[in-house]
Amino acid sequence: MEFFKIQKDIPFMKNALAFNLVSFITFVAAVFFLFSRGLHLSVEFTGGTLMEVAYSQPVDVNQVRDTIGKLGLNDVQVQNFGSTRDVLIRMPALRGQTSAQQSEQVLTALKAADPAVELRRTEFVGPQVGDELAVDGLKALGFVVLGIMVYLAFRFEWKFAVAAIIANLHDVIIILGFFAYFQWEFSLPVLAAVLAVLGYSVNESVVIFDRIRENFRRYRKMNTREIIDNAITATISRTIITHGSTQLMVLAMLFFGGPTLHYFALALTIGILFGIYSSVFVAAAIAMWLGIQREDLIKPIAKDGVVDEDPNDPNSGARI
Amino acid sequence: MNRYPLWKYAIIVVALLMGGLYTLPNFFGEAPAVQVSAAKAIYKVDAALQTKVVQALKDAAIEPTGLSLENNSLKVRLADTDSQLKAKDVIQKALVPDPEVAPYVVALNLISRSPQWLTSLNAAPMYLGLDLRGGVHFMLQVDMAAALSKKIDSTAGDLRSLLREKNIRHSGISRNGDTIELRLRDAATLDAARNLIKEQFADVAFTDAPDAGEFKLSASLKPEAARRVQEQALKQNITTLHNRINELGVAEPVIQQQGLDRIVVQLPGVQDTAKAKDILGRTATLEMRLVDDSPEGTAAAVGGGAVPYGTEKYRERNGQVVIVKKQVILSGDSLTDAQPGFDSQTQQPKVDLTVDAKGGRIMRETSRENLKKRMAILLFEKGRGEVLTAPVIQGELGNRFQISGSMSVTEAADLALLLRAGSLAAPMEIIEERTIGPSLGAENIAKGFDSVRWGFAAVALFMCVYYMLFGIISSVALGVNLLLLVAMLSMLQATLTLPGMAAMALVLGMAIDANVLINERVREELRNGVSPQAAIHAGYDRAWATILDSNVTTLIAGLALLTFGSGPVRGFAVVHCLGILTSMFSAVFFSRGLVNLWYGRQKKLQAVSIGTVWRPDSGKAVAPRD
Repeated sequence: MEFFKIQKDIPFMKNALAFNLVSFITFVAAVFFLFSRGLHLSVEFTGGTLMEVAYSQPVDVNQVRDTIGKLGLNDVQVQNFGSTRDVLIRMPALRGQTSAQQSEQVLTALKAADPAVELRRTEFVGPQVGDELAVDGLKALGFVVLGIMVYLAFRFEWKFAVAAIIANLHDVIIILGFFAYFQWEFSLPVLAAVLAVLGYSVNESVVIFDRIRENFRRYRKMNTREIIDNAITATISRTIITHGSTQLMVLAMLFFGGPTLHYFALALTIGILFGIYSSVFVAAAIAMWLGIQREDLIKPIAKDGVVDEDPNDPNSGARI
Repeated sequence: MNRYPLWKYAIIVVALLMGGLYTLPNFFGEAPAVQVSAAKAIYKVDAALQTKVVQALKDAAIEPTGLSLENNSLKVRLADTDSQLKAKDVIQKALVPDPEVAPYVVALNLISRSPQWLTSLNAAPMYLGLDLRGGVHFMLQVDMAAALSKKIDSTAGDLRSLLREKNIRHSGISRNGDTIELRLRDAATLDAARNLIKEQFADVAFTDAPDAGEFKLSASLKPEAARRVQEQALKQNITTLHNRINELGVAEPVIQQQGLDRIVVQLPGVQDTAKAKDILGRTATLEMRLVDDSPEGTAAAVGGGAVPYGTEKYRERNGQVVIVKKQVILSGDSLTDAQPGFDSQTQQPKVDLTVDAKGGRIMRETSRENLKKRMAILLFEKGRGEVLTAPVIQGELGNRFQISGSMSVTEAADLALLLRAGSLAAPMEIIEERTIGPSLGAENIAKGFDSVRWGFAAVALFMCVYYMLFGIISSVALGVNLLLLVAMLSMLQATLTLPGMAAMALVLGMAIDANVLINERVREELRNGVSPQAAIHAGYDRAWATILDSNVTTLIAGLALLTFGSGPVRGFAVVHCLGILTSMFSAVFFSRGLVNLWYGRQKKLQAVSIGTVWRPDSGKAVAPRD
């Protein structure tokens, strides 16, 4: 079987401006929603108490809300979780009252209303821990961005590093934009998914850059634009197949992983799809705007003029 | 050209064997068991105890299916949960006849069904996190400021009494935040006071702080002393928690320090969070009282007669009854330290106690009046008192004194811990709490497992259809990756959580990337008209650099998560990083071994089964041979 029967190089870079414009608009939209709606952060970040209770029969969320409302707790969110029998209750952290008292109080009230209720899990995070987790999350993001940039700058050249990281950070912002727009819950596992996908889709760009470098060596008559087109065309089959297989796994998680893994899988899905788009259409284009050229990648070897296929170059074999 | 030397195959075989061996325990499942462990270090769980347990079970007609004794704990394996509950009651009755004195903790547990020979190889199933097995997780913040503040207060008190003792007149000692200010009348007393502090208070740094014609010394705790105070407070709180959790009857509690001022407590299988929180948050108090050794008191202690007026009956840890007076000489607040040690003359184990200045004064008076009488130290928890020790007063005591005689080294250490636990533990607050019901845990396992299984099946199916034989090899390599990953997790006993299972699925999806790279590369070489053997060779060799690149970037993200992540993210990161490492072995080294084994020996190889190799110029596909 072969999905990709491509006769000629696809002129990706001819439309680079259009692609970048699309990226830019999605990016701006994502940023807009991030600011206007904000992320719906889980209790892990905000601090507070989360309770999951299960009933033996489908339950009316409003009834549960009323029961809890009578306790005089403010800002309590009640919603179904996964099925109509499971209910998720979120309460903000109250200074001066311990979580134990809060969850105990709620459970007692729910038990009084319906003795068949069963406590599935509770989660309490103090406000100070929430702040710390948010800071740690940002630190991790910074570490990933810096680590990848240093690696790429070392492996290729700073222009590639900048291009790859912009392309992939734009994925991250778009994932966050989705979470902000739909007000999906942003939890710690989602953060892990975002960072994992960042590391994963950068390597797409790496594959294309590898190929660009190789093409610079091989085809001395082609201009930069043609070289990039050729590199992307040659790698697109691989890009789509690998992302497709990873997506298969993620779909399995989305369908079978239950509500706990739902948003985790969702973040990965968006990340993988936009990862293909950004590494194919965006990263190389940014590198082109930044003005990469033959000399950036191939150190000219004096007089002999033997430049291409330097057998001592450890990367000379790297292509796909 | 596509042959592996024997040693490479040997590595593969060894890796597979090890992988298989350490993955094996995960398939046996778990059996219900009753675990007996010692509540305090002084009690031993040994063969004698085992005989006792076996006898008790025999009398109750319960047949244990296995017994194992290790690490001071006895595990009795049972056939089903019914006999497990029954056995627990029987053992509890046999070992802990009096709940007031509980030397042993009898708890329900699950142990692996894997055979003895596997266990002896240290092969155990993966360690499941609380979200998969159910239980309670707490993170407690120790109030270090309070611990320090207490230390400063006691130092100020000590200073005051020492100055009085040495007849150095001062015009006031006051506490100002973290510093103690000492006002003095003239330069001479200032010097005297300064020398005294230098001599007697090693933990204190002081500076001259002349203030509008006043002679003033300002003293504060040295940083290293402050650190020591904090470390000790933390350690002490952990000990206290240990003692209290023993009471809950949890089979494998985890109590760990996290960072400088936090403690993580994990109680697998505990569902009654209210009780757990009650026990964790309880405050213990220590009291020193005189023992009533009047004839009536002795009679009550020995014969169980009426307790005389103004006294109370308590028990020592070994069950012996002690009648103590109601009047409290000193409370735990006065006790500033308790350390085990050895008596320099008799070489016997002892416990050194330090009380604050006020306490020292009271001790001196009390001991002078009650020479050769016994003084009991009681620990009150949950309103229930227990006599820790009741030594005879041998001389006049000051603010430092010792308890010695008829103690083993462990007993002395234990007593010191208990004394400290009851006295100066810094207050703690629960800042994070997670409870997972057992049904949810089981459901999470099933869901994680389903994700991995179906994802794996889908990817393997696609690979086989798209790349034919090379796809089958890739799928086998992916299976080996999973095997090695599970084996590594079992070997390291890293905690597997639901995000960890998600990482397992994700890493498999990412690992296939390497095989896609290789297979595409081989196809490309074939497309360019290279001979099949050369194409395989070039495919593996040239794809390697790219595979390494992509794994490094993924690993960078994994390491960041490992470094900065906490809780669920950490579980994810561990599996993620391990999976990337195992995938490099399985996807490249192992899969090439298979390819070499299959094709390497055929000198005149005409075609390889790698699916359609399509050539753009002819526009026609080169049909695969098989």
